Amino acid sequence: MAHSATSHNETSHGAPSHNAKGHHGFSHPTPVWQLIAVFLALIVLTIATVAQASMDLGNVELIASLVIATIKATLVILFFMHMIHDKPLNAIIFLSSFIFVALFLGFTLMDADAYRDIIELKTILPDPPANPMQ
Amino acid sequence: MSGSATVQAQNASDNYLFNTKGFLSWALTLDHKRIGMMYLVGVMGAFLLGGILALILRAELADPENWFLTNKQYNQVFTLHGAVMVFLFIIPSVPAALGNFLVPVMLGAKDVAFPRLNLGSFYLWVIGAIFFLVALLSTGLDTGWTFYTPYSTQTSGPVVAATLGVFILGFSSIFTGLNFIVTINTMRPPGMTWFRMPLFLWATYSTSIIQVLATPVLGITVLLLAAERVIGIGIFDPKFNGDPVTFQHFFWFYSHPAVYIMILPGMGIISELMSVHSHKGIFGYRFIAYSSVAIALFGFLVWGHHMFTSGMANVTVIVFSALTFSVSIPSAIKVFNWLATMYKGTVQLNTPMCYALNFIFLFTIGGLTGLWLGTLSTDRPLHDTYFVVAHFHYVMMGGTMVAFLGGVFHWWPKMTGKMFNDFWGNISCLVVFIGFNMTFLPQFVMGSRGMPRRYATYDPQFTVFHEWSTYGAFTLGLGLFIALGVLIHSLLRGKQAPDNPWGGATLEWQCSSPPPYYNFHTAPEVNDPYNYKPLTYRGEKGWEYVRPKPSTVPQQPDQVQV
Amino acid sequence: MSHDHAADHGHDHPSFLAHHFDDPEQQFDAGKLGIWIFLVTEVLFFSGMFCAYALYRSRNPEVFTFASTFLNTKLGAFNTGVLLFSSLTMAWGVRCAQLRQRGGLVLCLALTLICASIFLGVKAVEYTHKWDMGLLPAHFYLSQYAQTIEHHDWAPFKELVGQAHMTWLTKLCILPGLITIGFAAWLFSTLKSKERRKIEVAGSMLLTALAFFGGIGIGRVFQAAEEAAAAHSTDHGDKHAATDADHKHDAASADHATAASADKTMLVSTDSQTKIGAPSIEQIDQKGGAGLFFSIYYCMTGVHAVHILGGMVVLTWLLVRASKDVFHEQYFGPVDYVGLYWHLVDLIWIYLFPLLYLIR
Repeated sequence: MAHSATSHNETSHGAPSHNAKGHHGFSHPTPVWQLIAVFLALIVLTIATVAQASMDLGNVELIASLVIATIKATLVILFFMHMIHDKPLNAIIFLSSFIFVALFLGFTLMDADAYRDIIELKTILPDPPANPMQ
Repeated sequence: MSGSATVQAQNASDNYLFNTKGFLSWALTLDHKRIGMMYLVGVMGAFLLGGILALILRAELADPENWFLTNKQYNQVFTLHGAVMVFLFIIPSVPAALGNFLVPVMLGAKDVAFPRLNLGSFYLWVIGAIFFLVALLSTGLDTGWTFYTPYSTQTSGPVVAATLGVFILGFSSIFTGLNFIVTINTMRPPGMTWFRMPLFLWATYSTSIIQVLATPVLGITVLLLAAERVIGIGIFDPKFNGDPVTFQHFFWFYSHPAVYIMILPGMGIISELMSVHSHKGIFGYRFIAYSSVAIALFGFLVWGHHMFTSGMANVTVIVFSALTFSVSIPSAIKVFNWLATMYKGTVQLNTPMCYALNFIFLFTIGGLTGLWLGTLSTDRPLHDTYFVVAHFHYVMMGGTMVAFLGGVFHWWPKMTGKMFNDFWGNISCLVVFIGFNMTFLPQFVMGSRGMPRRYATYDPQFTVFHEWSTYGAFTLGLGLFIALGVLIHSLLRGKQAPDNPWGGATLEWQCSSPPPYYNFHTAPEVNDPYNYKPLTYRGEKGWEYVRPKPSTVPQQPDQVQV
Repeated sequence: MSHDHAADHGHDHPSFLAHHFDDPEQQFDAGKLGIWIFLVTEVLFFSGMFCAYALYRSRNPEVFTFASTFLNTKLGAFNTGVLLFSSLTMAWGVRCAQLRQRGGLVLCLALTLICASIFLGVKAVEYTHKWDMGLLPAHFYLSQYAQTIEHHDWAPFKELVGQAHMTWLTKLCILPGLITIGFAAWLFSTLKSKERRKIEVAGSMLLTALAFFGGIGIGRVFQAAEEAAAAHSTDHGDKHAATDADHKHDAASADHATAASADKTMLVSTDSQTKIGAPSIEQIDQKGGAGLFFSIYYCMTGVHAVHILGGMVVLTWLLVRASKDVFHEQYFGPVDYVGLYWHLVDLIWIYLFPLLYLIR
């Protein structure tokens, strides 16, 4: 990912030794303009995702909305969650969770897809309802 | 260092057991050692309960008919046995009880990173256990510890209460794992590099990774199951186009890695025991360390081998079967390295070492029989038979439980400051060994002949195997009671333990027995944890650490080049 | 730096530093690593529901397309914006803590809490609207609606409020209402004591509680606009369905259009359905499966809402501490950790929104 190079430079203090350093050694206040810029970008992307949903993009639609969501997530992780200033280890730990999610989803879906054609959608509704609206 | 009598006398008032008194000083303690001891008492209580239930089952099975349990009662008893053993005993046994005591001490830290969270996870365990036991004992759960749907969505048992208990216990386990990862990552003293960590810490670290990654999935699984029963979400219910096999995927995504939560810390104990009691550096340190991490990660790739007969797709079945064999590689690496550690070592057959040897024998059988179950063609007939029962008891009980007992005996002098009777300890190990094999070897035979698991009655042709198995179970119970007696006797009448009774080189042997509140009076000296050259035997006072002078380092036999 | 444990309890240890840590940075690093690992467990916790979602959507995509039209996109989008704004205030709060800006931190935390409350208020409108329509989890979905509602009504509760025909929304408002009264009373008592910090906290909490009702109000406005629009566009929806049928598009898109109109007409009256000839919900749902969508919807958003509630509890704790001015550049860990958690909850919503609301 693009940010890993940055975080290497930023985390010179991240060595395991805990020598008493300067008093501002480990706090990285995010500039206000950055916070607001990220927020505005997130709002714009939310509008974009609603807009693309109202267009008829067919199969691309799911991918497009997931891509936009991922861009939003990346913005949140990098700036709001300060991963850009964080230690590489924390980033690795957090991102590795997605590998395990992929593993979980991947295997389970692989199984589901394989026998998809031998099961049929069952008809529910044992007896016609009287009038559910009342 | 801290071996002299004066230091011991000072320590007597400052050890963690007696530095403060009263019930609240234990109930609200933030000391990892006290929390570990409370866990130890708790898991041993759970083990006693689970063991008694096992004996009830075995007694019932001595006769092919319903002897004193009805079928329904039998179902409830084996569910309770499995659930208590898995969730209340095996999973917290080594990591939470021994791990809590040992991880900071072995690491040279003052405490775990989050002491309050640690106490919190203990109380979560207690609450989960109470929840669970009350639910199970009141109306009786009969789903088996796996809560398979669709049966668990239909049975009248207290599924919701039990699953909430599991949920709470799961979070207890997660927080313990989280604590250990952070402790090992951030609390290492200067000089304690990753490759100077004792192998028990590597094993605990790997275990914690699994706890953190897999247990949340169990949490959501049981939550969905509870939601299924309460608000009828139908995700696992075929009536509403749900898919019961999905439940098995969810469940085993946790529960297969959980098998390694159970066995990996046991392996860590064995790595320590083998080296210390052979007085020889561990063979292949890095391989054992890496294999722990490898087992942890491979453990996530193989959960499907529990579901070969559940109607999974053919391609999935084949992939999972192939991946299953990959786990045997790191496991075998460990076993071979332990054997190589003993080779030309000065093996002392005291109680912990006997248990360690016991472990190697039983775990190897358990591991090798697993290969048949991982092979598709042989799994089809063996699935859901006593072969499976015997296999996982060899691994879980012959492996984890025996390693746990070995670890308890090994660290008992450190934890309590009392020595135990080594002779009777060895006897207990022998009786456990005989009883264990007598119980479970016949189960392999009857399993391969088609005796299905989870039935209260059976075909009379299996009677002889079941009878032997029952005799074996009671012998095993006797052995465990002898072990308990040895420990209780040690508490009451045991001799004062020296700081280092076995000649271990890891850091916990550098602090007094029992350790002071802050673990170390003086900064521990971090060296190679498996270098026994600076240790000298002083009889009653145990082993003493002598700072080696370059000119007078004695050559040990195994170091002499032929 | 020496590692002499016996000497560690000396004067060198500031009060915010726990005894077993050597220096504030080690304490901060440990906490940070801990919270990241906790977030990993949260991701995996939610992954179970995402897995269920992916599984059933890949099996019955047309059911998901159909059922998704019952979710109000505008409300979803609004809630997304609210959560994003709360993330901004949270991140700003961390900055304030790092710079020791007490007032700013209190303000940011209060705003975050208020946003969370608005979010839940909107969610309450969405949920109760669906319950009123019978869009319940699979077992209770639609067809069994009439029986199950009676069965699941909470009898003592009913007696308490009399036999008045309370809507689900009214029932949901009772507890927040009581909480609001409690906070108002608390604020009143602190006003008398004239302790500024307590007034700050109590005021923020009262505003938070009121924001829930604000959220409900906003939700109702959006809902009413939607209903009004539906009344106008039933005709249009019908035409849409006709043109879509010409398309050699499969059943999915036809479902979508008819479903949308069915959704809207349902709210207005059942008669108009028959008039315009659109199939009723039951007919569309004949092949079943939509109940499963709502099961997954309730599970995902419900567990997410529980996380919001949990976040509100820890935010309140932070607010109390922040008003006492305990955070500074050496000790801002708790704000940072809660912030990370809050952003993760936001992150999950970022995925939930398109996956649940925007299926077309």
